[in-house]
Amino acid sequence: MTESSPTTRTATEWKLPPIPKVGVLCLIAMESSLFVIFVVAYLYYIGKSLNGPLPRDVLTAPILASICLLSSSGTIVLAEHAFKANEMGRFRFFWGITWLLGAVFLVLTGVEWKHLIDEGLLISTNLFGSTYYPLVGLHASHVVVGLFLLGAVFLFSATRRLDKRHLMSVEVISWYWHFVDAVWVVVFTTVYILGVY
Amino acid sequence: MSTSDSNASQGSIQSTEALQAEAASRSRILEWIMTVDHKRLGIMYILAGLVFFVVAGIMAALIRIQLAVPHNHFLGPEVFNRMFTMHGTSMVFLFGMPTIAGLANYLIPLMVGTRDMAFPRLNAFGFWIFLFGGCLLFYSYLGAPGIYGSGSAPDVGWFAYAPLTSKVFSRGHTVDYWALSILLTGIGSLATAVNIIATVFCLRCKGMTLFRLPLFVWMVLVTAFLMVLALPPLSAAQIMLLLDRFLGAGFFDTQTGGSAVIWQHFFWIFGHPEVYILILPGFAVVSEIIPVFSRKPIFGYPVMVAASIMITFISLGVWAHHMFTIGMTSVGNVFFATSTLLIAIPTGIKIFNWLGTMWGGSLRFEPPMLFCMGFLFQFLAAGLTGVMLAIVPFDWQLSDSYFVVAHFHYVLVGGLLFTVFAAVYYWYPKVTGRMLGGRIGKWHFWLLVVGFNLTFGVQHFLGLLGMPRRIYTYEAGRGWELWNMISTIGVVFQAAAILLFVYNLVHSWYRGKQAGPDPWDAWTLEWATSSPPPSYNFRQLPEVGSRRPLWDLKHPDDPDWYHEE
Repeated sequence: MTESSPTTRTATEWKLPPIPKVGVLCLIAMESSLFVIFVVAYLYYIGKSLNGPLPRDVLTAPILASICLLSSSGTIVLAEHAFKANEMGRFRFFWGITWLLGAVFLVLTGVEWKHLIDEGLLISTNLFGSTYYPLVGLHASHVVVGLFLLGAVFLFSATRRLDKRHLMSVEVISWYWHFVDAVWVVVFTTVYILGVY
Repeated sequence: MSTSDSNASQGSIQSTEALQAEAASRSRILEWIMTVDHKRLGIMYILAGLVFFVVAGIMAALIRIQLAVPHNHFLGPEVFNRMFTMHGTSMVFLFGMPTIAGLANYLIPLMVGTRDMAFPRLNAFGFWIFLFGGCLLFYSYLGAPGIYGSGSAPDVGWFAYAPLTSKVFSRGHTVDYWALSILLTGIGSLATAVNIIATVFCLRCKGMTLFRLPLFVWMVLVTAFLMVLALPPLSAAQIMLLLDRFLGAGFFDTQTGGSAVIWQHFFWIFGHPEVYILILPGFAVVSEIIPVFSRKPIFGYPVMVAASIMITFISLGVWAHHMFTIGMTSVGNVFFATSTLLIAIPTGIKIFNWLGTMWGGSLRFEPPMLFCMGFLFQFLAAGLTGVMLAIVPFDWQLSDSYFVVAHFHYVLVGGLLFTVFAAVYYWYPKVTGRMLGGRIGKWHFWLLVVGFNLTFGVQHFLGLLGMPRRIYTYEAGRGWELWNMISTIGVVFQAAAILLFVYNLVHSWYRGKQAGPDPWDAWTLEWATSSPPPSYNFRQLPEVGSRRPLWDLKHPDDPDWYHEE
């Protein structure tokens, strides 16, 4: 500091949190707030549909899809560990698996929607349809965004443009992905457990 | 551009001269459009807010002209409905929010001693998406042919209750314009909120611990948290509304078993925190100005911080006090009445702390201080009527009457608008390098005080006499004529005040007295740099040791940090 320094004492250590992490935590907070409203709407309208098809007639719990999505949280942790250990081959392997698991989840959601539409459930059919498609769709759209992010990182890594300097980006994207998984736990509980019984 | 290219090719950091040469080569308008500088974005936010303020203010004046006498035919009922809808929506989303965003953008990096916000490009994105949303709302006048033929704006009130917003009752696209445009401005506000939080947490200058932050920064920070939590519910509800209208979903459609009341819940769980999103930055401004113009440090700094955080938490749990007349269980009534009364405690603490700051100080009655004192009186009145309305039976009697109109205009005009003017008079010298005219400022203040209290003070009586809000005309002989006439006469004073203000802004820009870096002998970091600040804010990032770094600088013999430990 110059002699015009406003203080005579200097802080010995000055550490502040990294910007990307604070940013993504804010994003997660506002997305949570968004999901809460859709979940509340779903819970509020359980059992209030005036006509069928009703959840217990057409819904089957997507066990396989859920296993895929939840285990992708594990693989992304393994990928992160590999990244920190600078083992880029192992990183790409687990990161790619994560992407694939997410993609499988998305495809299975599509299959489920196809089945429901064939059963005659549209967004305008009844309150179940009105609340189901926006809630599950909102989550699926977050999976789509996640797949774009994961895919971009994978491509950068495959073309050798990713190195230790990008640790923060990798971490932030994995936080987002964990969030998408956590939301699925809530959505699954709401739609396939509370909504059916 | 070539200068920057050659610089980049040399691999050297661009010098200031090179940057200036590059700037000169672009046109000045393009400069402003492409900018990511927090100061320019802040100025654009405030100017855009001012334009929408004038437009929405003219609408309010037209509403008052219509209501001046009974059986008036100045505005038809359809036009009147559009007027109060557009007035309310614009004032909240296109004046209040961007003005707050503008103040926060301009001041926070300067106050925490850094060079820009944490996400400069997101900041620019937020501004332009807000401006686009605002224009989209007003475009509805041209582009949303409703049931009445050519062009019509939204006419469902600013809280757009279901089922009035359903396809059956609102044909055409007016409601769609309302939902889409506010959805967009909401994204802009969220961008600002993330930026504020990240800037305050990650970019504070050395020594600026959380408990040395200026109170302005603290209060805007908790506002940002409130935005993060409270704005998405509105977006969610608007998405549901659009799904109802475009895809035939049944969220708010009672025909399919849906609930119109749940819209009110979703709206007000945003809507009430929104009131605090609007007024906490007002508190923030007052907390900076009162100490400087009382020549005393703020009284009870940690308590002020705690009270702000308390308000933030409680405000998330009071929303249904807007819905007492809908019919809730008595448990619900008691819960929301109690939580609403609770919020008066931290708010009262703040008022006492401001008074404690002024107590025994050597007060300087410059325009910023005058507006803050106007705020204190009027916001107190707003708080007291708020406590009255929190009492459930009282609310049953007066909900949706002019008493409520008077109450929230005392909050948002007597409270927020006065602090916005205080902020403009206080920081205009920093932004432009010139002082705003003090004499005109005092005229502006007194005209506005008289006009505001004439217009809205008597509306308390109108409400008690039973006049409902949102009626476009009324019969003679109900005892409302005199009060309505007085209320409209107040508009003349307010309009004169605003005209003086705009004249002052423009005139001082060219002719104002040179301000110098620190015209008010203030203590926070923004006054440590030149007026207007250079694009990089500080030649060397500052380092602070107390809450009043400039005091320490000016009084090395008696620095604050000696007393704060």
